[in-house]
Amino acid sequence: MLRRALLTGFLILLVIGGFYLRRRPTTHELRTAPDFKLMQFDGPELELSSFRGKVVVVDFWATWCVPCREEIPHLVELQQKYADRGLQIIGVSIDDSPEPVRGFYKQFRMNYPVVMGTAKTGEDYGGVLGLPITFFIGRDGKNYAKKIGAQSAAVLEGEIQKLL
Amino acid sequence: MKTWCFMFGFGMLVLGMSSATWAQASAIPAERQMQPEELVKILGGSGEKPLLLQVGSHVLYAQAHIPGSEYMGAASTDAGLQQLRKWVEAVPRGKFIVLYCGCCPWSHCPNIKPAYDALVAMTFTNVKVLYIADNFGTNWVDKHYPVAKGE
Repeated sequence: MLRRALLTGFLILLVIGGFYLRRRPTTHELRTAPDFKLMQFDGPELELSSFRGKVVVVDFWATWCVPCREEIPHLVELQQKYADRGLQIIGVSIDDSPEPVRGFYKQFRMNYPVVMGTAKTGEDYGGVLGLPITFFIGRDGKNYAKKIGAQSAAVLEGEIQKLL
Repeated sequence: MKTWCFMFGFGMLVLGMSSATWAQASAIPAERQMQPEELVKILGGSGEKPLLLQVGSHVLYAQAHIPGSEYMGAASTDAGLQQLRKWVEAVPRGKFIVLYCGCCPWSHCPNIKPAYDALVAMTFTNVKVLYIADNFGTNWVDKHYPVAKGE
């Protein structure tokens, strides 16, 4: 009888523990997103921390990156759709100069700020060694998710909705 | 009927554009491609070392690159391609050269094929391209292959 009770208790603990571990975000995900202060391709500096209180999506990309070109129209659409609910997308271009970004920005009707990234920014974010890479930052400034490669509109929207 | 024709035509156009993109790196002959582990062996061996040229972004290069490699710029841009042509102008045409990028998954890399084509057009005879399946981080850095940082 006692053995059975112990076994049941152990199983309950196992289920609760498993559930807790599954739900608990990893240390990486909950790290505060590294702040940056970078020049926008078309003007003044932009500081990430000035958006604290909003849900921020930081997208590392380049004008010549084919998967980025596939993903950016989704980001434009989502910025439009969720701006009122506190979404702010920030593009971090890793183009060598701002010139190609100007034309691209108009062509893709981008509606969110784009800053010019540096190697330090990439390193601060754990290494941006492939494109695109997208980070989803909560209103508390913590990084909740990281997606490598072009994502579908549904995946991007899902991550954003979790934080809004 | 008109609507169906339009949709079919549009679909074919999108498919065509997509195929053109996919054809980029994948169109490089298999015998001209080199696996990362193969390059690691060559770099660690005593034989002839290739001239390594990175044809992606400077931000990527500055974070991590193959030691001894030179930064050329994104070869999908005019500036990058010009820089590459200028840099190799005086290099002997038989020199063993390895091009690499790793910005994007192999099938989507916009830089490697233009760079390869440029060197072939300049009559280089011993050019290989590094096959990077996903990106430089996953297929090189994460495998703990030799890496250098900086300009």
